[in-house]
Amino acid sequence: MGNWLVVLATGLFAFVLKLSGHLVPERWLASARLQRVNALVPIALLSALVVAEGLVIKTHVVIDHRLAGLAAAVVALVLRAPFPVVVIAAAVTSALVVHFH
Amino acid sequence: MSLHRPTLRIASSVAVTVGTYGVAFGAAGVAAGFSVLQTCLFSLIAFTGASQFAAVGVVGSGGTPLSAIAAATLLGVRNTLYGVQLAPLLRTRGWRRALAAQITIDESTGVALGQVREGTVAMRQGFWLTGGGVYVFWNVATLVGASGAHLLGDPSQWGLDAAVPAAFLALVWPRLETTFLRVVAAASVLFCLGVTPLLPVGLPIVATTLVALVAGWRERG
Repeated sequence: MGNWLVVLATGLFAFVLKLSGHLVPERWLASARLQRVNALVPIALLSALVVAEGLVIKTHVVIDHRLAGLAAAVVALVLRAPFPVVVIAAAVTSALVVHFH
Repeated sequence: MSLHRPTLRIASSVAVTVGTYGVAFGAAGVAAGFSVLQTCLFSLIAFTGASQFAAVGVVGSGGTPLSAIAAATLLGVRNTLYGVQLAPLLRTRGWRRALAAQITIDESTGVALGQVREGTVAMRQGFWLTGGGVYVFWNVATLVGASGAHLLGDPSQWGLDAAVPAAFLALVWPRLETTFLRVVAAASVLFCLGVTPLLPVGLPIVATTLVALVAGWRERG
């Protein structure tokens, strides 16, 4: 019973949160200043996602095999590797570190 | 309308990568005491990985349903922000808007916004291909993980988890064309790490938009 509540309520709230963003009227974002901010939001979000997924476990900053994978990704990016190569280089490097550590 | 090849390549590699996490989620759901049906419906309805992991994590460690729902919902707040970014780009109405909302997640937003130099068509394709692809792979993988949990071991122990942050890094990297943009990215990284110990899981990402707010507010011209 409790598990059904978790599944259905979390699912409903997740959808409401997603949809409400799509329903914000565009004119709310019309000012030049807000458009500048809006153009920077993806860079802030993507940068935050890199470290939130790569250097954090729950509420702690943790250095582990993922950092080795990210380092491999940086090397691949500097060498102008295509997207899948960057991702695979990171995955293989971090898996190797886990395996041989 | 023809498919933008590089966008398709990015979308499919993200979809496959994230799919492997669906296996991990399926296994985690069953291990936390959810039935296979509940675990699969969770992925179909909620479709927001971090929230789903948080919910089964709280239940699995003995938390109340209410605290599981709260943790998962807090993690989903960033999807609202993504919707604000995506709506002017997608310009959807009616049932298509509901569909777009359902597949508004980290990956579909990240790929869409990462295609900005390829133009609006590539950005839209990036969103739909990534969101749709991840939806299919995530749900098939959830079923595989939930029904075969005992056979797989724990995929989260395989150590492939640098793939997702690397994908985000590869998306933001080409956009850092000016010193100003690099400073914004560096400040965002430091800010996100700085507030991580202070805020509930999921909120640091949302809070980092403050960096964009401050930088955009002060930027001239």
